[in-house]
Amino acid sequence: MTMPLTGSTFSGHASPWFSRVAVAAVHFFLLILFLQNVTVDFWSAIPGFVFIHAYSAIVLVYWSRLDQTPAGDTVIVTLTLEFVLIAILFWDSFSAWPWSTLFGLALVQICAFAAVRYWSELRQAPYSAWFGLIVILIYIMVAATAPIIAPFGETAIVGAEYDEWSDKHLLGTDNLGRDMFTRLIYGGRNTVGIAFMTTVLAFVLGGLAGLLAAAMRGWMDQVLGRTVDTLMAIPSFIFALLILTIVGTSVPSLIVVIAVLDATKVFRLARAVSMNVVVLEFVEAASLRGEGLWWIIRSEILPNILPPLVAEFGLRFCFVFLFLSGLSFLGLGIQPPTADWGSMVRDNATLITYGDITPLLPAAAIALLTIGVNFVVDWFLHKASGLKD
Amino acid sequence: MSESKTRDVLLNMHGLRIEGRSDEIWQEIVHGVNVILHRGEVLGLIGESGAGKSTIGLAAMGFARDGCRISGGTIMFDDVDLAKASDDSLRLLRGSRIAYVAQSAAAAFNPAHKLIDQYCEAPVQHGIMPRAEAESDAIDLYGRLQLPDPGGIGFRYPHQVSGGQLQRAMTAMAMACRPDLIVFDEPTTALDVTTQIEVLSAIRDIVRQFNTAAIYITHDLAVVSQMADRIMVLRHGNLVEEGETRGMIEDPQKDYTRDLLSVRSFRKEISREPDPETPLLRVENISAAYGKTPVLYNVSIDIHRKRTVAVVGESGSGKSTLARVITGLLQPSEGHVYYDGAPMPPDHRKRNKDEKRRLQMIYQMPDTAINPKQRVSTIIGRPLEFYLGLRGGDRDARVRQLLEMIELDPDEFFDRFPGELSGGQKQRICIARALAAEPELIICDEVTSALDQLVAEEILKLLQRLQDELGLAYMFITHDLATVRAVADEIVVMLQGEVVEQGPKEQVLTPPHHAYTELLLSSVPEMDPDWLDNLLEQRAN
Repeated sequence: MTMPLTGSTFSGHASPWFSRVAVAAVHFFLLILFLQNVTVDFWSAIPGFVFIHAYSAIVLVYWSRLDQTPAGDTVIVTLTLEFVLIAILFWDSFSAWPWSTLFGLALVQICAFAAVRYWSELRQAPYSAWFGLIVILIYIMVAATAPIIAPFGETAIVGAEYDEWSDKHLLGTDNLGRDMFTRLIYGGRNTVGIAFMTTVLAFVLGGLAGLLAAAMRGWMDQVLGRTVDTLMAIPSFIFALLILTIVGTSVPSLIVVIAVLDATKVFRLARAVSMNVVVLEFVEAASLRGEGLWWIIRSEILPNILPPLVAEFGLRFCFVFLFLSGLSFLGLGIQPPTADWGSMVRDNATLITYGDITPLLPAAAIALLTIGVNFVVDWFLHKASGLKD
Repeated sequence: MSESKTRDVLLNMHGLRIEGRSDEIWQEIVHGVNVILHRGEVLGLIGESGAGKSTIGLAAMGFARDGCRISGGTIMFDDVDLAKASDDSLRLLRGSRIAYVAQSAAAAFNPAHKLIDQYCEAPVQHGIMPRAEAESDAIDLYGRLQLPDPGGIGFRYPHQVSGGQLQRAMTAMAMACRPDLIVFDEPTTALDVTTQIEVLSAIRDIVRQFNTAAIYITHDLAVVSQMADRIMVLRHGNLVEEGETRGMIEDPQKDYTRDLLSVRSFRKEISREPDPETPLLRVENISAAYGKTPVLYNVSIDIHRKRTVAVVGESGSGKSTLARVITGLLQPSEGHVYYDGAPMPPDHRKRNKDEKRRLQMIYQMPDTAINPKQRVSTIIGRPLEFYLGLRGGDRDARVRQLLEMIELDPDEFFDRFPGELSGGQKQRICIARALAAEPELIICDEVTSALDQLVAEEILKLLQRLQDELGLAYMFITHDLATVRAVADEIVVMLQGEVVEQGPKEQVLTPPHHAYTELLLSSVPEMDPDWLDNLLEQRAN
């Protein structure tokens, strides 16, 4: 029997405080040097930030082998100060697109931090998982900074209908003369954003209900279980079409309807895996101690069912995504003029007859993200199941 | 042993090295062990968990578990080096010339197929005999292994026969191709003492009848001394001592072997007289049932302060059910449980915090009794917060105190996850969790049966010390009479849901016994190579 190495092995060699200050100082020096040499064009500044953070990340990765926590603290402190600095220096860009610039910046920094924190696991990740992670990151980045990188406005008509690919219109124009490249970027933002929110809502609803059913059993299990059975008995696509026709197709109603339909599947998974945990003795010990339902659900069961739930989250996200695009294709999803990948395929479908692949690009974007997410999910499942090669 | 035994060497493992992988690093777990096995000889491998005995046993088949690899040495099996042999040639040997009997037959059998179908697979696959012949051979072997109804038992599914029978069916299966070598990996560890005897004698007889060589792996020196001609004591992947069984039992050379031999010598000091006052816990005429199946009949037990009451019985005797009734997980159909003179609500959800606090429980399997996703500080700290309202620094300080009390270094263990602990350490954490509530009575449900003997003895000593220091009362549920002898003040013997005998330890353990108590007592293996022979002879008369 071998014990995994623990922090205590290195506890005698914690990195001294001045080395932490040194890295922070170098970090700020690079940053100030960089800020003096860039124009106010914010988009071009981002690669520079990536570089600076990559540098800090590499140093901290080396550190984290010695002593993880102070390194993490340094990153958090450094990033917070930097945020303030940038906000002051680039006030113009912030006031133009405050949310997307903030989000884009935060994203780079979160990535740097997460990479440091989970480096030991990332290092062992297979290439497919790296590919998936990078694809997902690029999508999120593009979605977040859409107004900055898109050359035109989302709904602006900027040229002739069905224009060819050109320097001005990178991917041509669509059936109303709107820039295809711009629409593709904004479409990512709308479709991915709505799919993400829907999946989160589905997991909150379904996961909580599943945990409740497993922990309480008895009548609660029966009521929830039969309700879910009833919802699942109706084909979900037709059910969604029906409800959306009745309540109208606004973004919130779209999110709620798809989330409720998807929550049924999450419920069944959460209940099934929780059931395996509920019968274990530590749950019995907790209930003998007199613990309440919330403690048992949150502290005893949830941490033990998290790996399958996270894996399911990735898969479910893809399904929601496809479901949403399917609804859009039928005209009941995200409504025009908002850009959306599903409806973009439909709007420009006539071009396919002429051998033009432009209408298929949104479909390819969907496919690429789905593959990326699945690669990451596969990796996660592999890790969670403890399989060895 | 039998005179016909030929003395030529069947298996010769020389300088065997095996590595295991953890955290992407290969670490050696068996450090150059030499094993020589002659035809028809039974070799006992003994040691605590982590000694590498199972790993060596599997290596005798040229097999290394997932995450392990044979990194050095030779494994000569009849002129074939199994360490270098191809998968195909190994496949030819395994099952036909080398067979394996696993610890848990229930887990090793495929539940979807009948026993005889699984029996016939190896001989038919290896082309040794046709199906019909294999079947009649199986029935013959089932008979030799003293299985009831040998003609019919093979046509049952694994869940339809008992654990002891399943273990014998597994042995028959290993014998199917009349192998030269069988590896037995703790075949009786999961069985009751009374069943263990049947399996031991069946295995021994059949191995002798066919003059099969065997490697018998166990952590119980008393068991191995009944089975083996020669014993190898292993520790941390090294050989400690090797010798003829009788010689080793009578005159061990190394301290570690002496420790193993004396493992069951721990005895509680003179037991005190019970206080005349009201008992701490009184169980009065309890009957209980699961659904419509009755499991307890009219059970009455008194537990006094500072006393240890041991409840003994085989699996299915209702002793764990009794614990469930006392803790309030199962409502009795008749009878009452009184705590300190006052009746306790039968449903644990209706008991108040203080009633729950005073009665704590320690479970059999430390692996499932503590949440693998919580740190030691949370596992022990939670009852402190919950019952005593300790927070922050006070809580942490008390957790450290408790860790010291269970003889674990607070600095080292405070932040660990259960996955980073050994079985014995986990059980200590369970004890600390129970102690955190500052209880008066602790129910110990088979707390040592999942542990190695040396570790188990440490746990028993710890519990005893805590009783002396804190004045706890224990209800000790166990099937192991050695444990009972060590810790009990009073003994309750249970059989099929009824109490057959109860009283102070001296009274129950001195003859005349109830017939069932006698059976239990005589079934505990002793460190005497002739014990099994004598016992079987005695029972035959």
